[in-house]
Amino acid sequence: MKVQTTRALHLRTLATAALSVAVLAVTACGGGSTDTAAGESAAPTDLAEGGSTTLTMWVDAERAPALEQIAADFKEDTGISIDLAVKDFAAVRDDFITQVPTGNGPDLIVGPHDWIGTFVENGVVAPIELGDKAGEFQESAIQAMSYEGSLYGVPYAVENIALLRNTDMVPEASETFDQVIEKGQAAVDAGEAEFPFLVGLDPKQADPYHMYPFQTSMGVPVFAQNEDGSYDPSKLLLGEPNGVEFAKQLVEWGDSGSGVLNSNITGDIAKEKFLAGESPYYLTGPWNVPAAQEAGINLAIDPLPTVGDEPAQPFIGVNGFFISSQSSNALAANEFAVNYLTTEEAQDAMFSVGGRPPALTASFDKAATDPVVAAFGEIGANGVPMPAVPEMQAVWADWGATELALIKGTVKPEEAWPAMVENIEQKIAAG
Amino acid sequence: MPTITSSPTESRKRSQTLRPSDSVAGLLAKIILLGLVDAFAVYVLIVLFMQEKWAVLVLAAVVTLVINWIYLRRGGLPAKYLAPGIFFLLIFQVFVMLFSGYVAFTNYGDGHNSTKEDAISSIQLAAQQRVPDSPAYRVTIVEQGGEFHFLTTDPDGDISIGSTEEPLEGVSDAVTDGTGKATELEDYRTLQFDEVLANQAEILALTVPFSEDPDDGTLRTSDGSTAYVFSPTLVYDEAADTFTDAETGTVYSDSGEGTFVSADGQQLNTGWKIDVGFANFTKAFSNEDIRGPLLQVTLWTFTFALISVLSTFALGLFLANAFNHPNLRGKKIYRILMILPYAFPAFLAGLVWSGLLNPEFGYVNNTFFGGANIPWLTDPLLAKFSVLLVNLWLGFPYMFLVCTGALQSLPEDVNEAARLDGASPWKLFTSIKLPLLLVSVAPLLIASFAFNFNNFNVIYMLTDGGPRFSDTTVNVGATDILITMVYEVAFGSGVGRDYGLASALSIIIFFIVAVISVISFRQTKSLEEIN
Repeated sequence: MKVQTTRALHLRTLATAALSVAVLAVTACGGGSTDTAAGESAAPTDLAEGGSTTLTMWVDAERAPALEQIAADFKEDTGISIDLAVKDFAAVRDDFITQVPTGNGPDLIVGPHDWIGTFVENGVVAPIELGDKAGEFQESAIQAMSYEGSLYGVPYAVENIALLRNTDMVPEASETFDQVIEKGQAAVDAGEAEFPFLVGLDPKQADPYHMYPFQTSMGVPVFAQNEDGSYDPSKLLLGEPNGVEFAKQLVEWGDSGSGVLNSNITGDIAKEKFLAGESPYYLTGPWNVPAAQEAGINLAIDPLPTVGDEPAQPFIGVNGFFISSQSSNALAANEFAVNYLTTEEAQDAMFSVGGRPPALTASFDKAATDPVVAAFGEIGANGVPMPAVPEMQAVWADWGATELALIKGTVKPEEAWPAMVENIEQKIAAG
Repeated sequence: MPTITSSPTESRKRSQTLRPSDSVAGLLAKIILLGLVDAFAVYVLIVLFMQEKWAVLVLAAVVTLVINWIYLRRGGLPAKYLAPGIFFLLIFQVFVMLFSGYVAFTNYGDGHNSTKEDAISSIQLAAQQRVPDSPAYRVTIVEQGGEFHFLTTDPDGDISIGSTEEPLEGVSDAVTDGTGKATELEDYRTLQFDEVLANQAEILALTVPFSEDPDDGTLRTSDGSTAYVFSPTLVYDEAADTFTDAETGTVYSDSGEGTFVSADGQQLNTGWKIDVGFANFTKAFSNEDIRGPLLQVTLWTFTFALISVLSTFALGLFLANAFNHPNLRGKKIYRILMILPYAFPAFLAGLVWSGLLNPEFGYVNNTFFGGANIPWLTDPLLAKFSVLLVNLWLGFPYMFLVCTGALQSLPEDVNEAARLDGASPWKLFTSIKLPLLLVSVAPLLIASFAFNFNNFNVIYMLTDGGPRFSDTTVNVGATDILITMVYEVAFGSGVGRDYGLASALSIIIFFIVAVISVISFRQTKSLEEIN
């Protein structure tokens, strides 16, 4: 037998240590997969003997605090704890779609309603039956959460944009966008402001979402709506005769025209300039109101101004809770979603944290004592839900790029708009 | 933690390790560490067994055995060191590459996200629609002889009982609570909520026929306390593997493309993942959207990568040379300042620079160009220039570091000899320093080229490929490189994400980079003859 030196032995020990660390590190990375296995294989008797189980919910950092109290109540009543896993909002949708089939996804997820189409296409959400409780919510919220005849989410907040007005510069609200521009320009001419009107435009995609009320006001919606309010993706209406008129308007308002829409003003710059009192008007959503109030701007929330003969309808985004189709704890998840998240208390808590108008009518009525919430709610009542159909994904990129080119004045509206419509139709057909 | 029964390897380990020369501490450490690893491996194996993932189970068992063999045998010290690294390499590199390769031959993506079973159960879930205007029933779950029943109370207070076998029928002698909801019935045991949870799979699957006529629908509950009357809009026929629309009678059958399609081309929402062979590769070469701008994008990708490498190397080398002067004071301070951009994440830098380069409000135009509206990121040529400039700013510190290190390791006597022979500083640099430097730096330049070839972050964050080409339908622009174009094609536009196509395109890009790297490395061998 060859006698080993102690040095070699130390080396061996070191090597073993390195390996252990390595293996433990690997398993720490993949540790998540073992939890669900334990959940799935939990023997029924464990529960019957009073043991509790866990529901996992993916939330973003902003909403997590609002849910803690409801989760605590739920645990008290049922013994089921709710694990609020905070996820990055930008990636959470795709993670959910990828993870659910592997069995490692959460039981519930929070998100906007326009994810539903893609979720259904990938078979990762389960329908929810609210029964009579559906009547306690605003109709637009329930409509947005419905897809192909089934309800897929418990709504908790409805949001849409409005026109913020600095009352020190312009004391009265206006009906039409022309009047808005006129008053804005007057403020600029008087030296009170630098910009007649502000809206944030992405340097790569412009912002079709914020431009949508002007477009609907000219009678150019994205898709046709069925009788029940759902969208028909086979009928793209961007090519309506007035589409080109709207495109011409964009050129007129844009860099090469009056400069009301300035492609160099990004979302951040628009916000900064409005807070600095550089403009009387700012087209934005409720998420920027607290900052404006803190900056000491005397605010009024105006209805969206019209451009054409139709009402200016904004997109409505409804946030809500969805249940995974592969949840191993579906009954508890449904109990929580249907009987806890629909309560006034839960919806009030979500409002107090997020500041977005609640979807539950009773909570909304309470919140609407705040004139800001009431004003946004009134505008939203006239809005249309953001399309949730997967085909919508094919619309955004071309729509944004074309509007940006029009605002910059680098393309001819008569050519660019129909070309965009054709592109989108092709993509939908190919998809 | 499960205890490990003594196995043959265990006894062999004892006979092997109890050698007189082993220090007790070393031996203990070894036993504890290996024991931890093995205990964990056994736990993982049990979990895999529970999940019935046999392929992974066998693989994990083999890996565990190999690890034990490596550390329990007497010789083979190199293997003991290399094992952890190889273990990681297999998991994080080889497996990922193989998986990407596999995905390239499937239609994995939006709408084809999982197995056929999952797709069928999702379609069935979505097809369960509540019968319009049907009442909501309050439900108590009761059990008799191991079979679950619904004890229902309708809005009028009428009480009935039913199960999967027996349609709903009225009962009169149930015990009710204060609200009129039936809670107990003789001969039946009422389940508490935790029992309901424990048996949720069965209770969720309970479908109680509303009456003798199946067309009236069935009662189901999703939360164990309320039930509604549902009737499916689509019925799955297992034998024929088809879905039939209950209302219109339309039949949807497996199209062979991972979807259920009717005779007139109507497709059901949810599809599943199937193997498609080389379809993604043919799509990559035949897709109009890709083919159109492909040449421009490929040219720009090479230009971008090449100029980025050369410009960063030139600047880095110049600065390294300048700060390598022996009599320079405060060298450390300068070097720290130089390296700062390197410490900046490219994501952040891209965003910050896109703000700095804003034509109207950007710092660059307002400060250096007196408020001129120079369209740094929106004019095709200027945008290319800006991307290269920002990438230079991000990349030169790395080259500075590398060149500083290489310069300091050059032999001083060669320089002395050249100076004595009367060589000018320029001659000295080009004929002696640079060739010697390239021996050690050339492979890094190739690596840098490969990195910049796929430098997604800078492009995506700074310009997102813009300004967009006006003559193509796909959302690709003047500064798009191949990888951002792949991202755009696979995830950006069109209807949903397409992992299969993205993987196929990535493999094609991998081959391009691999070929260039191999050729370049062959070339650099000639440099080594200098020494």
